[in-house]
Amino acid sequence: MLNKLTVKFAQLSILGLVKLLVGATPRWVNAAPNNAQCIYFTNHSSHLDTLALWTALPKEIRAKARPVAAKDYWGKGLVKQFIALKVLNCVLIDREFSRHENPLQPLFVALQNGDSLIIFPEGTRRAQAEPSEFKGGLFHLAEAFPEVKLIPVYLDTLHRSMPKGAILPVPLICTVRFGGAIGLQVNEHKKDFLARAREAVLALM
Amino acid sequence: MFNQIATTLQNLDASHKFYWLIGGVAALLLFASSIGWVLQRRITANPNACEKTQKVVNNLVARVNAWWVMIAVFAVAFLAGKLGTILLFSSISYFALREFITLTPTRSGDHRPLFLAFFFLIPLHYYLIYTEWYALFTILIPIYAFLLMPSIAVLSQDTEHFLERTAKIQWGVMISIYCISHAPALILLEIPNFEGQNALLLFYFMLIVQLSDVLQYVFGNLFGKTKVAPIVSPNKTLEGLIGGGLSTILIGAMMWWITPFTPLQSAGMTAIIVVMGFLGGLVMSAIKRSLGAKDWGNMIEGHGGMLDRMDSVSFAAPIFFHLTRYLFTP
Repeated sequence: MLNKLTVKFAQLSILGLVKLLVGATPRWVNAAPNNAQCIYFTNHSSHLDTLALWTALPKEIRAKARPVAAKDYWGKGLVKQFIALKVLNCVLIDREFSRHENPLQPLFVALQNGDSLIIFPEGTRRAQAEPSEFKGGLFHLAEAFPEVKLIPVYLDTLHRSMPKGAILPVPLICTVRFGGAIGLQVNEHKKDFLARAREAVLALM
Repeated sequence: MFNQIATTLQNLDASHKFYWLIGGVAALLLFASSIGWVLQRRITANPNACEKTQKVVNNLVARVNAWWVMIAVFAVAFLAGKLGTILLFSSISYFALREFITLTPTRSGDHRPLFLAFFFLIPLHYYLIYTEWYALFTILIPIYAFLLMPSIAVLSQDTEHFLERTAKIQWGVMISIYCISHAPALILLEIPNFEGQNALLLFYFMLIVQLSDVLQYVFGNLFGKTKVAPIVSPNKTLEGLIGGGLSTILIGAMMWWITPFTPLQSAGMTAIIVVMGFLGGLVMSAIKRSLGAKDWGNMIEGHGGMLDRMDSVSFAAPIFFHLTRYLFTP
């Protein structure tokens, strides 16, 4: 009970702080919020990305949407672990290549459970307006779960709020733009699909 | 008869004057809300209502609702005293600066000066008002921040658009912090025979600026024909300016009893506030457009952003502050 209250309190504080700092105003471009199972994929330009996108989602969707985060960063330290696992309900993945296990396995499990995901297909963070090339993970998820909707999202200004090397953010209003769902087409090649997915994010710029 | 009412009003103590004012504004808003309600019912009852009318009415209702929130926030801050007022205006400056810098194309080299502007300059500047350190308050931003912010930015050795970036940041800081803060700075003026009532002068100022905006909008919508500056601000009309301006001046003259001014002086001060507010709206609109935006933000439903509501305040406040200081303090 007490634990639940702590988590609720932490969630509200994070929502408040993120809104105070970067606004995280949602804008649905040619699309409407959808309660169906979705994978939200977005450009990765700062440490604030996960929090901003999570804040911008409508309440009911947010409760089911789990950010995918790197175990080597979020899995360390009690505070970061508490935020990642309890507050944001993240799915932690290994970024290091492993021979024995498919690194995407935890995501498959989450999708099988009916959760939605927030992912950064670029893999790493670059403080720039345009997303760089997408990695293959998004394709494998789309292939394995064709019924899950793929929603492109673009986060603006966050690369300016926290440029490379910055520890503390400058408050700028971030508009979180959600686009219409895209899907994997029949016989579509991995490379084409990833390029198309990236285009869908770029179109929201 | 008139003299009797006038002396009664003037002899009320500060808190009674405040309650009369809040009551008056609430009555005005109640009136506006009921008009909005009637209009909305009429439109829903009429299936042939055109889309434009619907939009105007919905915007009107959204604006009035936002006014209720604004007046509530203002009233709470007032009742909380000096600290409440300072906290309210420092948050206004914070949100205004956030809107300004969001639209300004800054680079990573500006990160440190910007961080300092938000989290060091705003608290320090408002702390100076709180402690009534007038001399430093007037020069902190025009001199120290002006020289030190580019000095910090230059350390990152990014010369790309350096002058433009520095100038834009300084403008943002001047408007959002320095100019807006001259409204709450009214509480540090020492006006003879007006001791302990400075909060009312701030209320008077804010009321006049906002009334002037509202009445210009109303007169413009009703009688507006001649556009003053169609490229910069298509909503501003000569009819709106004259009708709204004159009615605001009339109201301003009638509000003299909460100020240190005579009715005639109050009319003059209101006229200056109206003109400066109008110019502020024009200049800020031109800046907004040159930065490529229509609204500063979407923080206040129906009004746009914080700066859309504060553009007239930022231009009128420093002039009103200094005229009052020059003419009414020893």
